[in-house]
Amino acid sequence: MIIKTLKLFLFIFFFNLLSLNYIFAENSSVDTISKNLRCLICQGQSVYDSQSEFALSIKTLISDKLESGKSEKDIYAFLKSKYGDWIVYEPELNRYTLLLWIFPIFLFLFGGLLIARKVFINRKEK
Amino acid sequence: MKIRISFIFIILVVFFIVTVFYKSLFENKNYVPKNINYKIENISIKDFYTGNNKKLKSLFGEKKLIAINIWASWCLPCRKEHQHVKNLSTIDNLKLIGLNYKDKKNNAQEFLEELGNPFDTILIDTDGTKAIFFGAYGVPETIILDRELKIIKKYIGPLSAESVKEIKTFNQ
Repeated sequence: MIIKTLKLFLFIFFFNLLSLNYIFAENSSVDTISKNLRCLICQGQSVYDSQSEFALSIKTLISDKLESGKSEKDIYAFLKSKYGDWIVYEPELNRYTLLLWIFPIFLFLFGGLLIARKVFINRKEK
Repeated sequence: MKIRISFIFIILVVFFIVTVFYKSLFENKNYVPKNINYKIENISIKDFYTGNNKKLKSLFGEKKLIAINIWASWCLPCRKEHQHVKNLSTIDNLKLIGLNYKDKKNNAQEFLEELGNPFDTILIDTDGTKAIFFGAYGVPETIILDRELKIIKKYIGPLSAESVKEIKTFNQ
């Protein structure tokens, strides 16, 4: 009985400890920013995930910039001016990316229309 | 009839996919941002020998252009390109600046003693944050700047005899 309770206690203790760790890691700004940045010399990794020299330097730069009072937006703008829009995972809405943003919505509406039509016709036939 | 149409359709799709992949085999895979013609901030970087901060614009002296060569003693391609970097130092109207990237001072000094020091000035970037101002991806990389600190050309990776030839033409 005591061992069982102890086990349960240990489980709850470590579970909370690890989830706390996760919550605090999420809140750190360097991490949130670097998660939205593409590591340009890696394959399919974000700056946050990568341990390459490039990614490590970017992370140092982000923490330097945050310390000097720069905002998240300033940092993205700075890095975009150096490496182009490609470095940010989420492209901003401008005339070059308009199609990218509009097309899925269009596709969704169009698909919905098709389904609605089919359902409507089927019902009529019945 | 229906089977034939879908058959032709499948053939067309396969043909399309094969052409796209085949074509992309020969494409240059290095990503270079299109807006390369940007100006760099007049940042100050530490000197390798004296440790004093130096502003980028003060490096030109009387010369029209500077070439910033990002190198490190631990980088093997830097060793290979060093002979071409030496050739850069013979170009008139061009100051050759070395940016020592994430390196130990002793190792960097040994590298220069072994292979020669062609640089007019050597700057130091211990944490790699200065190289980001030049939009660098790593080592080696060479960036040609004019007096307005506008990037004229960026060479990602080691220099070659051709790139040295091309840099010579920027002078005229």
